[in-house]
Amino acid sequence: MVTGIIGRKLGMTQIFLPDGTAVPATVIKAGPCVVVQAKTAATDGYEAVQLGLVDAVQADANKPTQGHFKKAGVPPTRITREVKVKAGGDAVKAGDPVLVSMFNAGDRVDVIANGRGKGFQGVVRRHGFAGGAATHGSMFHRAPGSIGASSYPSRVIKGMRAAGRMGGKRITTLNLKVVSIDADQNLLVVRGAVPGAPNGVVLVRQAIAKKKDPVPQVEKAKKGKK
Amino acid sequence: MNALEMIEQPHLVARPAMRSGDTVKVHVKVREGDKERIQVFEGLVIGQHRGGVRATFTVRKVSFGQGVERIFPLHSPTIDKIEVVRSAKVRRAKLYYLRDLRGKAARMKEKKRT
Repeated sequence: MVTGIIGRKLGMTQIFLPDGTAVPATVIKAGPCVVVQAKTAATDGYEAVQLGLVDAVQADANKPTQGHFKKAGVPPTRITREVKVKAGGDAVKAGDPVLVSMFNAGDRVDVIANGRGKGFQGVVRRHGFAGGAATHGSMFHRAPGSIGASSYPSRVIKGMRAAGRMGGKRITTLNLKVVSIDADQNLLVVRGAVPGAPNGVVLVRQAIAKKKDPVPQVEKAKKGKK
Repeated sequence: MNALEMIEQPHLVARPAMRSGDTVKVHVKVREGDKERIQVFEGLVIGQHRGGVRATFTVRKVSFGQGVERIFPLHSPTIDKIEVVRSAKVRRAKLYYLRDLRGKAARMKEKKRT
């Protein structure tokens, strides 16, 4: 059983529950995907599939890539991702479609994507340094402060947190709840935010560490008179 | 219609056309234990925030000399209905200047209904 699907983040909205609670929700256009390559324990050492996201635009594939897709009997896709295969269910083979109907409302999923790039940022934003006081004669505002001792060791320790490029890295958000799916339009609505910008590629997989739904504490009925 | 609008569509509720300067009665469903009743919040719309199902509007009233503002989600199922009682002639979309005015100064001229 394929455990994930590729999609594109479309944007956020909110959905009302009957009691008026507004649920923040991200809409993802998930799939349709095709299995480009089925990896098995015998040939690759582990069970997985390479999925391709079927887009309106066909990929400009070079000869070797064309051959790779030809083996599966599918047109080349621009975006491919690998997801694990869980034991059970039918054996997957190259060319199989993977659709959003693999998920149901109420499931827990993880969403993996590249986060938005934040550019070159200082230590306060990038690493959460406290910085100094803005006023009261303070002359130390957002600088990193001391980065180590002087003559010994005469160098800066590797891994010292400093200013630099922030964001744009792969981020996984765990345990998002599926609010609803629309199998006809390949839409997946999950509760909460998802990394990346609208139209960015996201990978949605079954949650690896499923969290239970929170059960509200019920107040015990009071004994005696009110 | 794009996909986001399609997701929002079933959650949109028909609401009367309102604009800033309108005096409205908002019938809010209030839950008390397992009973539900309707509470009316009457006041002046001093601003609206559009955005599909995320749209909100702000109603201001003066209650016992104390200004009270409530921001309602326009399409919230807790709003039973909205009645537009009267419309005032206003020249801006956000009537935040009313917060600094009280009494006679905060009166508004009624708009002629078309």
